[in-house]
Amino acid sequence: MDPVSSIEGRAIPYGAKNVDTDVIIPAAWLKTISRDGLAQGAFETVRAQPGNVIDDPEYQGAPILIAGDNFGCGSSREHAAWALLDMGVTAVIAPSFSDIFSGNAFKNGILTVELPQEQIDRLMEVAKTDPISVDLESQTVTTPFQDRFTFEVDPFRKDCLSKGLDEVGLTLERSDAISQYEKNQAQTMPWLAKGTEIAA
Amino acid sequence: MASRPRTLYEKIWDAHVVETRDDGTSLIFIDRHLVHEVTSPQAFEALRLAGRTVRRPDLTLAVPDHNLPTTPRVDAAGNRIPIADPQSAAQLEALETNAPSFGIRYIGATAAEQGIVHVVGPEQGFSLPGSTIVCGDSHTAAHGGVGALAFGIGTSEVEHVLATQTLLLKQSKTMEVRVNGELGPGVTSKDLILHIIGVIGTAGGTGHVIEYRGKVFERMSVESRLTVCNMSIEGGARAGLIAPDETTFAYFKGRPLSPTGEDWDKAVEWWRGLHTDDGAVFDKSVTIDAADVEPTVTWGTSPEDTSAIGGSVPDPMSFADPNKQEAARKSLSYMGLEPGQKLSDVEVQNVFIGSCTNSRIEDLRAAADVLRGRKIATNVKWAIVVPGSGLVKQHAEAEGLDKIFIDAGLEWREPGCSACLGMNPDKVPAGERCASTSNRNFVGRQGPGARTHLMSPAMAAAAAVTGKLTDVRELVK
Repeated sequence: MDPVSSIEGRAIPYGAKNVDTDVIIPAAWLKTISRDGLAQGAFETVRAQPGNVIDDPEYQGAPILIAGDNFGCGSSREHAAWALLDMGVTAVIAPSFSDIFSGNAFKNGILTVELPQEQIDRLMEVAKTDPISVDLESQTVTTPFQDRFTFEVDPFRKDCLSKGLDEVGLTLERSDAISQYEKNQAQTMPWLAKGTEIAA
Repeated sequence: MASRPRTLYEKIWDAHVVETRDDGTSLIFIDRHLVHEVTSPQAFEALRLAGRTVRRPDLTLAVPDHNLPTTPRVDAAGNRIPIADPQSAAQLEALETNAPSFGIRYIGATAAEQGIVHVVGPEQGFSLPGSTIVCGDSHTAAHGGVGALAFGIGTSEVEHVLATQTLLLKQSKTMEVRVNGELGPGVTSKDLILHIIGVIGTAGGTGHVIEYRGKVFERMSVESRLTVCNMSIEGGARAGLIAPDETTFAYFKGRPLSPTGEDWDKAVEWWRGLHTDDGAVFDKSVTIDAADVEPTVTWGTSPEDTSAIGGSVPDPMSFADPNKQEAARKSLSYMGLEPGQKLSDVEVQNVFIGSCTNSRIEDLRAAADVLRGRKIATNVKWAIVVPGSGLVKQHAEAEGLDKIFIDAGLEWREPGCSACLGMNPDKVPAGERCASTSNRNFVGRQGPGARTHLMSPAMAAAAAVTGKLTDVRELVK
């Protein structure tokens, strides 16, 4: 994963609430064995409507998406994060996110920025005409009009994002601790340690 | 171990902490990992590129389910019938190759044990009480019905679990959903969970693990508990739990991968302690009166858009939240419904009985009880029954349920996810309605333009008979 520092540019003022991952990327697009090329199917049902904001030339290539409450609810498909990345979106700003989506976004270097609805409303206004800036280090969202909103980020996630750390690599360094756990489990809960081998 | 009273969730969590870091995240050991063809290819590819192996192939089980057509899989000569969609075929082939090459047990498309991952896990005795279970699928929450901490993960996490058998997690908050009293006649676990989601909303459980508590759940079969916990994610909670009890232990006794002998005795002894202690505190608590739950259907495009079957399509202006008003207007436009329209007047052209929510033997029996000796309505053009696994299918056939369905005019299919999300050829045509026992009524979920009404198997069967949304209690007195 590439390190993430700040994201600046136009923001798509989408604003919808409870955007589910079937909307972000419909199931027909999940048949791929790659992570690439999903922008084509992103928001397919939304883009079927004439005059939709996603296809508005004003926001082509915008790196930020603004949405309503509970963004990314529903399925666990990481394809939703891949589709956003493929569209060029590397930050999503919303009042709240589903747990699985925010994890998937984080693992792909997409910032999920939670701000209260009134700040979102303000950013929706700004986004129509001007760029927005999201800075991970200072944990702020700013506009050319002196708006300055701070947001929370989990310290571990911030560290991983800013350094572009590989989580699997980090955990593999803890192999000894995992081995110790496995050894204890085989003693105390042997039935759990056996898995698919029982009937083999 | 701490003597402070703990919730069931905390007990399972504590038993799986490998280590806790200074920033409060813990490395959690994963006991069981289910893998299917849709969310795994990129994970296996990443392992291969990094030269990494699967740490515990013995704790992983791979089964194809999403893409498989539900039409026959072998011809008269016993040869496998090729899959027409080249993308589906490629994804299925990837799993069939990846699983054995990483040493993972693979249940193939034509095996009797094949089925939807969330049906197969408990059925095989792979998903055990008190274990941590993950799968690249949000309905992994289902396994909480056996008292396991089970949740859906993304593909990067699938890769992490394959490589390390752990996940780095922050402890969730806890939420109690307590149901008082008893469900009325003709009201099922599906009606109850739809009702609960209607009350708490699709974000009601975000950041929380739900524990369902009360006599209603204690009296439920394991299958009904799986249905309830399955849809926890529709209430925003990554996991749902029901404490294991004698019903659970009886369910697991003798299953292929269940513990045996001394292991079994030790397991049951530990399982008996898996319940929330008196005095343990939940971060959030919701109480529901079972007497308020009627046979329930959805009218909109969010699982929280629920109503008792006796009700009407709501007026969007009746919602206090302006966002919800707008969402409801859009939903009704997509669904082709008018405010005030009686739900029991809404005609359906399609019926789908299946999915990881409702495709176990108990579900099929409930549908067959309604359909026995009846025919589907003439306006119902497509009605299919898709068992959750090959073993469920065999079981149903041994009971003659397949004949009841076929005689009534429904199609009896091969197991898989099918029309729940239409990754295989089973889709609902645009603009048509489907009475569906699945879990999501999202825009386009069952096919582009498809209109989904979620309900229980008995209610879907009733809709098949009358051709419209129907209170099953009127058919089964």
